Amino acid sequence: MEIMREITVTVNVNGIPVRAAVSPQESLLDFLRYRAGATDVKCGCNKGDCGTCTVILEDRAVKSCLVLAAQADNRRVWTVRGLEKDPLMQALQESFATHGAVQCGFCTPGMLLTAKNFLEHNPKPDRAEIKEAIAGNLCRCTGYKKIVDAIAAVAASRTGDRA
Amino acid sequence: MELNVIGKGLPKVDAWAKVKGKTVYADDFSLPGMLYAKVLRSKYPAARILSIDTSRAKQLPGVHAVLTAKDVPNNNLRAKFGQSTDVGAQFEGLYRVLAEEKVRFLGEPVALVAAESLQIAEEALDLIEVTYEPLPGVFDPVEALKPGAYPVGENESNVVSRFKIRKGDIDAGFAAADVIVENTYHVPFVDHAYLEPESGVAWLDEDGVINIRVSTQVIEHFRTVAEVLGLPQNRVRVIGTWLGGGFGGKEDITVESFLALLVWKTGRPVKLTYTREESLLAHSKRHPFLMKYKTGATKDGRIIALEAELIADAGAYTYLTPWVLLYATVNAAGPYDIPNVKVDSVAVLTNNPFTSANRGFGAIQPNVAYESQVDELARVLGMDPLTIRQKNCLRQGASLATGFTFDRYVALPEVAEKAWQALGPAKESQDKRIRIGRGLAIGMMSYGRLTFLHDSSRSYVKLELDGSAVIRCGVPDLGGGQAQALCQIVAEELGIPIEKIKIYISDTALTPLAGTTTATRQLYMSGNATLKAAREIKERLLTKASTMLNVRKAYLKIENEKIVSLVEPGNFVSLKDVIAQCSSEGIELFCEAQFNAPFTDIPASELITGQTHPDFTFGAYAVEVAVDLETGVVEVQKVVACYDVGKALNVLNVEGQLEGGAIYCLGYALMEELVVDQGRLKTPSFSEYLIPTAADVPDVETILVESGSGLGPYGAKGVGEPACNSIAPAILNAIRDAVGVRITSLPATPEKIVFAMQKKQ
Ligand code: FES
Ligand code: FES
Repeated sequence: MEIMREITVTVNVNGIPVRAAVSPQESLLDFLRYRAGATDVKCGCNKGDCGTCTVILEDRAVKSCLVLAAQADNRRVWTVRGLEKDPLMQALQESFATHGAVQCGFCTPGMLLTAKNFLEHNPKPDRAEIKEAIAGNLCRCTGYKKIVDAIAAVAASRTGDRA
Repeated sequence: MELNVIGKGLPKVDAWAKVKGKTVYADDFSLPGMLYAKVLRSKYPAARILSIDTSRAKQLPGVHAVLTAKDVPNNNLRAKFGQSTDVGAQFEGLYRVLAEEKVRFLGEPVALVAAESLQIAEEALDLIEVTYEPLPGVFDPVEALKPGAYPVGENESNVVSRFKIRKGDIDAGFAAADVIVENTYHVPFVDHAYLEPESGVAWLDEDGVINIRVSTQVIEHFRTVAEVLGLPQNRVRVIGTWLGGGFGGKEDITVESFLALLVWKTGRPVKLTYTREESLLAHSKRHPFLMKYKTGATKDGRIIALEAELIADAGAYTYLTPWVLLYATVNAAGPYDIPNVKVDSVAVLTNNPFTSANRGFGAIQPNVAYESQVDELARVLGMDPLTIRQKNCLRQGASLATGFTFDRYVALPEVAEKAWQALGPAKESQDKRIRIGRGLAIGMMSYGRLTFLHDSSRSYVKLELDGSAVIRCGVPDLGGGQAQALCQIVAEELGIPIEKIKIYISDTALTPLAGTTTATRQLYMSGNATLKAAREIKERLLTKASTMLNVRKAYLKIENEKIVSLVEPGNFVSLKDVIAQCSSEGIELFCEAQFNAPFTDIPASELITGQTHPDFTFGAYAVEVAVDLETGVVEVQKVVACYDVGKALNVLNVEGQLEGGAIYCLGYALMEELVVDQGRLKTPSFSEYLIPTAADVPDVETILVESGSGLGPYGAKGVGEPACNSIAPAILNAIRDAVGVRITSLPATPEKIVFAMQKKQ
């Protein structure tokens, strides 16, 4: 058996530094699920196709199965559980629940993070832009309509606040 | 009756944990000392296993068990699919835990490994040496039917089952027809593609019970697992998790037996989660069907004869194939009142992936064919799509070709009209390269299991002393609001807010068995069981309150945690006080109730007659598409679903079923196909097997008809599976309308459309 060189990385997960010796190939997804206990980050394909593993790395929504843990060394990662007090995340969570945008819920954490990151950069999207933004996050249950409704409602209430 | 909670679009009880990332799905759960399992799978679709050498794998440090067929106490058994009745061999199949002697499909489980880590388990797989002698195999169901074909299993014949339906005189029917349309349709293998792959964790508890915490639609598989291990059934407990989607793909056993065997062998907790690639390769698929249709009508548009021949590819093992084929047979003539019908169906084993339940369960496939046929007839006759359907569809008092008569409201004319009209005024495309077209399709599908399975469900409801309530019901929740519906029923009946209800679901040891979350049965079955339990408790509360208030029971109502006099609203007693009174007098504040579906006899022959299902749900889809004349790309611009749902207990959830069902089968119509070539999967991951994304789909418009005519609580009907009927043929009909070509094989890819357009010119 070949001996694999391990590297030590420290990833700040939801505000808490998590340090571990990992193989250079270890994905951020595995790091989060197995070392940081962030099981709210899901694995639907491990290949970049489904979006269930979406997290926010610094200020970008990324598919954590496509990122190496080493690439997140000394950087900050946010998952849904770490954003409990974030007002935009709270608004999205409430909106998803009340619009019926959650069926099995397996796509939901990734979908919420994509939506939050998107609305931060595009506060006034139309439906087509929302659909484009979440096109990398598959959902097999809802047919997407209520997810788009939920995101659009949050966008509308926020821009309403500003107007 | 005035309803306070039923009908409301309340957020689901499980939604809050889900949005907060707190739901513990199957793979999210771990135990100290847990081992990781992997499955060694066959490299060939058809081969003889000459030898298996596990010695090197066993020696690898960190490996705790390597198991093959000879380590399985009962490796071959007759599969029960959650039913407790014996329905005879023709409706059950061989369930083989691990391959022995002969492998039947590529990806078939051959050996199991449990190790300290996933990496070690993977390495161990590489060290297992299996010597195969490849065999020719058979991959085309038509070939597999021929005498002398390669035998997939141990029998000489590859036929799994055959059914037929006969009504009237088919020859006379066609002789009297003015127009006849004949076509052959093909629908492919597709995958459920739930986002959560198959997964579970199992452990042995201090009493020697094997606990399996698993993502499953059927916790009743604990009986099968017990049989595999040769243990008493009360030594196996299945705890079902909140599923990350099911759609029929978690109806058959997935990881349960593997986990139980490894736990039994090692004494350690074990986790097994399939990769996406394994899920696509090796769990069940929707049956491909070859469907030959001949439909005849008179000049005035009356359909008078229908002949259908269905061939289903069962893949390598039987699983639920006989039931799926039976559904397809019963649905083959569609929701039409046709005097002369002849249906012959057969399902046949091949060395392809095995096929079993998939949302729609055999009703979907013939729906593609019969609704294309009706559309073609309308074109030949110069009728519009709505008129021909309204003229021929079933109505109350009419019968299916099996002889089953609908004694309740049949909403078909209504739903067809509402869906079609909701498309609004037609408009032309501004772009010369784009053609707009519209299509309509109607359909029916049963809710509730086959009546000869003698289905039942049980539910337990209990009031606590502080006025909160507990429900225990063994219902697996797939995300469709299965648990939520039961909570709303109890909230309604006992007049308490939904926040005060806690539901425990899906545990064979602690919740009464409610049967499978399949066959669109849970609202109907467990809804009725829960309603029965809640009403029993309500009756006791009202009786007690009647003496406390000195008002006759008939003049009391229960709402907002009070029991109130109908005539004198100021005269009331709080629910808590009634509970306290009952409690001190020893009156039971709990009830476990059972609901039984109608029972019929097991079909005695291939000829299917009479009642096969408790009831049906009727719906229609109308769609508008834009087809690019150069590229053949179809954009679905509008989708309208109109269904008679009986009663929408939760409007959001019902709409969600229709919206999700529409898009599930929009994928079936236009993009999804598991390409299997000589038993080898050419679409091994989500990079190749594409399902609709948000950018691919329109907003589905839903129209709910609430006739109150269903057999479920408050007159509800089931919608989960019926929701994905009819959209695929509606899309095909719209393509036909747009560019004049009839696509007869799914998916309707741009290549097929361009090719068909070129051929027509
Ligand atoms: S798990 Fe990362 S995209 Fe699917
Ligand atoms: S809710 Fe099930 S995958 Fe989106």
